[in-house]
Amino acid sequence: MTAVTAVTVVTAAAAGAPAASPLPVELDIDGPAAPPRSNGELVFAAPWEGRAFGLVLALADAGVVSYEEFRQRLIARIAAWEAEPASGEDFSYYRCWLEALEQVVQANALVAEADIVERAAQLTSRPAGHDHGHEHPHSHSDGAPDR
Amino acid sequence: MTDELGTTGGSDIDLATRAEALESLLVERGLADTKTIETFIRTYETSVGPMNGAKVVAKAWTDPEYKARLLEDGTAAIGELGFKGPQGEHMVVLENTPAVHHVVVCTLCSCYPWPVLGLPPSWYKDPAYRARVVREPRAVLAEWGTEVPDDVEVRVYDSSSEVRYLVLPERPAGTESLSEDDLAALVTRDAMVGVRKVEAL
Repeated sequence: MTAVTAVTVVTAAAAGAPAASPLPVELDIDGPAAPPRSNGELVFAAPWEGRAFGLVLALADAGVVSYEEFRQRLIARIAAWEAEPASGEDFSYYRCWLEALEQVVQANALVAEADIVERAAQLTSRPAGHDHGHEHPHSHSDGAPDR
Repeated sequence: MTDELGTTGGSDIDLATRAEALESLLVERGLADTKTIETFIRTYETSVGPMNGAKVVAKAWTDPEYKARLLEDGTAAIGELGFKGPQGEHMVVLENTPAVHHVVVCTLCSCYPWPVLGLPPSWYKDPAYRARVVREPRAVLAEWGTEVPDDVEVRVYDSSSEVRYLVLPERPAGTESLSEDDLAALVTRDAMVGVRKVEAL
């Protein structure tokens, strides 16, 4: 059959272009650290959840942070929330994920808490001329959030 | 809705902003790059998962020539749809028929055709499944609710690092009018491992 020829080409191309493994870490399938799934697929409730997910994998893949260290902090965050759920707050796997990531980068002196807060304030004040009337309880050395 | 004004305490800043702030700082410091982050999101969100295998199955059900190629050279036919593994492991497709039912296991570890099926479910790695499906496949299948009549042969295939198997389930009756996309939606991961059959909705 003529199709066999085309098939052979595909095989050769696949063999000749070994992509970097897209699975830098083995995600938990079950247990507290397992990400939410639907029929095996990961489910993100909002775009930022997907970005926070990709960020951890990129950092782990590059060896910047240890996935296992992150995972242990994630398990601890989830356990802490379950032990004492914040009132009026639904459980959010990716909230815990993000908090664990913040802990890891802070513990490894990659990004300080104050830097995150400052940058977040800058991002919040992004829309030009959009005044939130934000009262700031104390000042930062630079990057005033209400510029 | 969280208060998007936030406070310097940090925890009141909405999560999306906090995530964006952290990402921008890490990228700025050369610790992560946006392209890599996006590649991982795309890979896990859309490219890797049972949907890939389901598309292969649905195409085989609707395109006899594709099915012939698939059974002859699984790696190549699956590659036609753009699904390729990084290690170039050989994909073999096992066709279920009214006379033969296939089920896949990896007795040594948990070799799994992840480019088409995504990440292996925990039961696939479970020592009990790995041992029992070889010894008493009909009993294991029955526990999955899959009754295989005595006159149907059960064949168990053991995966390895070189060869990965994908079961091509039988197309359920009553699906003649369904499109390829609708058919793909019926195909489950479990059916492509061979522990279940595909059911029409």
